[in-house]
Amino acid sequence: MTRSILSHLEALEAESIHILREVAAVMARPVMMYSIGKDSQVMLHLARKAFQPAPLPFPILHIDTTWKFAEMIAFRDRIVRETGAELLVWTNPEGLRENVNPFDHGTQRYTHVMKTEALKQALDHYGFNAAFGGARRDEERSRAKERIFSFRDRFHQWDPKNQRPELWNLYNGRVHKGESIRVFPLSNWTELDVWLYVEKENIPVVPLYFAKERPIVERDGALIMVDDDRLRLREGERPAQRRVRFRTLGCYPLTGAVESDADTVPKIIAEMLAARTSERSGRVIDFDEDGSMEEKKREGYF
Amino acid sequence: MAAEAFLSEYRDRELLRFLTCGSVDDGKSTLIGRLLHDAGTVYEDHMRAAHRGNDLDLALLVDGLQAEREQGITIDVAYRYFSTPKRKFVIADTPGHEQYTRNMATGASNSDLAVLLVDATQGVLDQTRRHAFIASLLGIRHLVVAVNKMDLVGWSEAVFRVIRDEFSEFAARLQVSDIEFIPMSALLGDNVVHGSDQMPWHAGGPLLAHLESVHIASDRNLIDFRMPVQLVVRPNAEFRGYAGSIASGVLRADSEVLVLPSRQQTRVRSILTANGESDRAFAPMPVTVTLEDEVDVSRGDMLVYPNNVPHLEHAFEAMVVWMHEDGLAPGREYLLKQTANVVPATVSTPRYRINVNTLSRESCESLALNEIGRVRVETPRLLAFDAYERNRTTGAFILIDRLSYATVAAGMIVDRDSARPETSPALVPDWSRRLGQLPLSIAIRGTDALGVAGALRELLSRRGFLVEMLTRDAIGNLDPVALSAYLRRFAAITIIPMDAPGPLVVTCDEQTIAGRDAEAIYATLTDLELLVRL
Ligand SMILES: Nc1nc2c(ncn2[C@@H]2O[C@H](COP(=O)(O)OP(=O)(O)O)[C@@H](O)[C@H]2O)c(=O)[nH]1
Repeated sequence: MTRSILSHLEALEAESIHILREVAAVMARPVMMYSIGKDSQVMLHLARKAFQPAPLPFPILHIDTTWKFAEMIAFRDRIVRETGAELLVWTNPEGLRENVNPFDHGTQRYTHVMKTEALKQALDHYGFNAAFGGARRDEERSRAKERIFSFRDRFHQWDPKNQRPELWNLYNGRVHKGESIRVFPLSNWTELDVWLYVEKENIPVVPLYFAKERPIVERDGALIMVDDDRLRLREGERPAQRRVRFRTLGCYPLTGAVESDADTVPKIIAEMLAARTSERSGRVIDFDEDGSMEEKKREGYF
Repeated sequence: MAAEAFLSEYRDRELLRFLTCGSVDDGKSTLIGRLLHDAGTVYEDHMRAAHRGNDLDLALLVDGLQAEREQGITIDVAYRYFSTPKRKFVIADTPGHEQYTRNMATGASNSDLAVLLVDATQGVLDQTRRHAFIASLLGIRHLVVAVNKMDLVGWSEAVFRVIRDEFSEFAARLQVSDIEFIPMSALLGDNVVHGSDQMPWHAGGPLLAHLESVHIASDRNLIDFRMPVQLVVRPNAEFRGYAGSIASGVLRADSEVLVLPSRQQTRVRSILTANGESDRAFAPMPVTVTLEDEVDVSRGDMLVYPNNVPHLEHAFEAMVVWMHEDGLAPGREYLLKQTANVVPATVSTPRYRINVNTLSRESCESLALNEIGRVRVETPRLLAFDAYERNRTTGAFILIDRLSYATVAAGMIVDRDSARPETSPALVPDWSRRLGQLPLSIAIRGTDALGVAGALRELLSRRGFLVEMLTRDAIGNLDPVALSAYLRRFAAITIIPMDAPGPLVVTCDEQTIAGRDAEAIYATLTDLELLVRL
């Protein structure tokens, strides 16, 4: 009997490809945010499928805060070589000049300058009016209400009172000059779906996701990896080798690891099905302020 | 469990999207929280955040959208996700406040099923009817009436029955065929994920078991092949492909296709799916198609089969849900988005508006936010479309304001034939059209003719066709020509098992196909696109 039903992964894939194509077809200047993590890798993989056999019809953009794990940057460059994607890298020049970092400026200001401001600068600089992001609605409760096409005003701000209803797969991407949309093709994926898809499609991911002995310090309850000698050790902190992996990746001083033995994708999936904590519990960025994601979104962070 | 075992268990599941609707305080947040909690998909850090003192408040797990409401932010839908080894679920949670119609329509547009909450202490209310109507208007075919707070009515079967009967009577007027009633206590967990010791009289299972097993595969239209072109893929001079998601039906390599609206005919050369070249693809798969001839195809065009075409017109009738503070301005030009087309469009003065509480029709001059009405839409461009009832993709559209670019309305195209029941004289019932299936008789011969016919009937009816089965005895003795003429009178698929031994033969129209078993016959039928609309 020939099959006429899609599995849930195929259905999610179909929806995402539809969204990617729609944006490429109607938006004048799209770009894909590429954060090097597993979600970005899945999004990039879907985009390549969506436009095959043609190359990606838009560049990918990495906002480099200069504090990413070294392995992430190496992985990024490898993927660009292998896929032939056009990579744009942007670092906030003022932030760089003033050496804005997570230690002297606090995570909030650091994130604002090196991520949020940097992103806005890059979008303005290149004149992009649509930016794909790999965010998922299951990541965090405030995202549950986020639309797939998220409308931003000319200051890149998310105006909660001015979002458009989304029905069927009829997306409305019309914007006036200066306005833009953020598009989230993975909105309906969960962390589990992402890993199942990585496994099914054999998508490469940064090795930091897999358990390995790594130099770790315990700081405010989080396991922080000493990725280079810029991490300022506090009194009494001594890096120790621990078997850990990361569930999300970002700036290394702000990303907590989890102790784990999962060193293959199937083991990660098995661990996740048994796991009892959400992936964001490892993100230091969510803890430091109340309702922080909502705030950041309004300011123009993803 | 070994890692590989998890994988095989979780990888190939179906996706069910459902909508939850209820009035404030019916217990919707508690129900969703209970579902997530008992299905074991709540993380510990989220669980800690949902405690008030030492008590777990299930409603807090789903973040009641209170803050946004207070700030006057319009939340149309909040989406939540959970999985069991059987299915992945997407819940579209619509807040039950003033914006109900707009929110519900949004959440319902992509849902397979709707869970309607009824507070057992209150019974069926106006809101319940309103929710059921909107779900049915948006084409949802499966309803679950969750009769909640049964603990407060002493787990009474009589109370449950009154609600069930009252709702059933009302629902007979709606286009929803599958309605399941489940008595429950979201607070205590009875009949949500686990069964209930308190209500042994309820023979059906708990909500989750229903959500895991309700049959949705045949809700999709796999009969009318439609593929709106989203994008032309042209990497070099050699390759010219047309990318788009199949809206309905099945596409096969090598078939003749018609490009609408130009009506150029050509042949499919290749189909590129997300997983490589294939000679077959079905809705809602995204594909890139190459064609034999150099025809002119651009975004917004539609590929169809020459023997099964949609309406191709400048105007249509539709039900619209108005979604914006600025009401409908009849005669003004809007932008209409349908499949991949964005075209100027004007909307007539509504023929009527539906009072969502009573379902009665009222005359009106315009439509305000959250109002639903029947209009005529005209566009200068020819549009290819189907009735929404038949095709949830090619029959749907949104209206966009030309100046602000806001999405102001959502519309569902109404079939012209069913559109004017009041004005046209009694129509001869055209059964095949209404059923959406070709009159087709299949005679089955062979040693196990009865068994094969039974299995085929089962297959077809599970896929949504109306099937009758006759045995040879019931027909009596007719010569082949008379038999064939007789069979064609059935405006439905009629399966006739013949007990005479011989090769197994399926006859239908001029085709004769040999097959082996029910599955093979079904595959042959779909391969020949015989189950097409008249
Ligand atoms: N006794 C009882 N109370 C319930 C039940 N379900 C919900 N409630 C209570 O009804 C109130 C409203 O519930 P909530 O989930 O916030 O309603 P919502 O406004 O529909 O989301 C809360 O006080 C709940 O504890 C139930 O099955 N039985």
